[in-house]
Amino acid sequence: MAAIARRPAPILFAVTLAVTVFTVLPMLVSVTAGLVNNYSSGLASGLTTRWLVEVWANYGSTAWHSIALALACVAAALVIGVPCAYALARSRSRAARVFEELLTLPVAVPGLATALALILAYGEWRAFRLSFAFIFVGHLVFTLPFMVRTVAAAFERDELVWLEEAARSLGAGFVQRFLGVLVPAVAPAIVAGSLMVFTLSIGEFNLTWMLHTPLTRTLPVGLADSYASMRLEIGSAYTLVFFIVVLPALWAMQAVAAWLGPREATRTAARGTAA
Amino acid sequence: MNRIAALCAAPAAAVFAAFWLLPMARLTALPASKGAATYFAVLTEPRYLASLVQTTLLSALVTGVSLALAAAVGLYLGRRAFRGRRLLLATLTLPLAFPGVIIGFFVILLGGRQGAIATWSEALTGTRFTFAYGLAGLFLGYVYFSLPRAIVAFAAAAESMGDELEDAARSLGATRFWIARDVWLPALTPTALACGAILFATAMGAFGTAFTLSSRFEVLPITIYNEFTNYANFALAASLSIALGLITWLVLFAARRFGPELAAGGA
Repeated sequence: MAAIARRPAPILFAVTLAVTVFTVLPMLVSVTAGLVNNYSSGLASGLTTRWLVEVWANYGSTAWHSIALALACVAAALVIGVPCAYALARSRSRAARVFEELLTLPVAVPGLATALALILAYGEWRAFRLSFAFIFVGHLVFTLPFMVRTVAAAFERDELVWLEEAARSLGAGFVQRFLGVLVPAVAPAIVAGSLMVFTLSIGEFNLTWMLHTPLTRTLPVGLADSYASMRLEIGSAYTLVFFIVVLPALWAMQAVAAWLGPREATRTAARGTAA
Repeated sequence: MNRIAALCAAPAAAVFAAFWLLPMARLTALPASKGAATYFAVLTEPRYLASLVQTTLLSALVTGVSLALAAAVGLYLGRRAFRGRRLLLATLTLPLAFPGVIIGFFVILLGGRQGAIATWSEALTGTRFTFAYGLAGLFLGYVYFSLPRAIVAFAAAAESMGDELEDAARSLGATRFWIARDVWLPALTPTALACGAILFATAMGAFGTAFTLSSRFEVLPITIYNEFTNYANFALAASLSIALGLITWLVLFAARRFGPELAAGGA
């Protein structure tokens, strides 16, 4: 690798540079626009935090709603997803494979379809329709496969089968084996899965836009509202708030992925928020 | 053992059945209420067919361009060691966590009526140049969210690519073009197929970016949204969603069936 890597590659370099500018420039423009007095005049109009203050006053609650929703999703995905991952990893039956395939359908099918289906099925149930629980179940079916697949891949390792056998032969019951031996052994995958669920839920828009009500707004829903009705500076400041909420989780996810090894890193990172 | 496995899977299965399978069954049955022909509205109604064709062409173009660019970036980043390489890769993949609405907003910030490019072009030429609200804006936004997914995949594939073939080709006097065609292309084709399926399916189903741009170029998810929200035409919205879902699922399924492991999940 080293020999080839030192050869100059002007075309590859030029494309990489262009793609980097294309990716980074809008982020920089957006962050700057949220912090200057006037976007058209740019930095010359001076820096200010007044747009951030205004965003926080108008939309601050959406950030807390999104964080609470994402944490609830992580909790639920852990409680129902980790045992499910174990079941799928240990069972070779055809039914298990079919179930696994079904479980990933909410990822393969556009969020819009899932949202329509939920509204058609439960829209009449007012208390449910008007609460955050309605958005929560949408986020849960969409994020659950990410937790299940990540953790199931870890449960499938041979060492874990042997470890479980050893614990069993020493007289450990199932609950003791599962919580005392298996779950700690797959902890890194559980952390990776949790971070994935968290970032996906925080950024989810396609489902949420259909499922929200004026009283149940999340961060991306508020963003869409501000883009449509507020000045560019406010939209930019609000986008900055989103970055501050989501980037720590994303960086933690990348760090965990790098720690798990290059193969896992690809599997993890190739999954993004649906656009 | 089997009883324990079934018990472990039961809560997830219950949640999935209640909040996805059942609602989806309801959605799938709905168009029948307006006659079986409703299921084929996407093909029989010229307006919807046009929307489907437009969306498919846009998604295919976005996929092709993103794959080509990302392959070059992946080859560059995957096969060379330099300071800040990890940081650059992390930066290029940041947009993975952005909802589509933010990417639409980026396009407006740069190419919209009060966008940076309008301001600059007015200073230079006297006319305000905008591209955000038509096909160009949509295309750039879609490429923006497609690139990071593809870059991750190609960087990993390039990293695991052996050097023997390329060394041999070079010592036999192959030019850059021939190495790209005969060594890189075959080595990266599986990644391109798997990743291309994910990009295509994501672009077909993308809603947030087009929604923010409220583009003159109507894509199928926007058509579905309009039918549902503005015209309360539930049976038609359901029929179009089924068609769209079938397309994205089939593309992903085929890629997973015939391609390498990477394609698992992801749109």
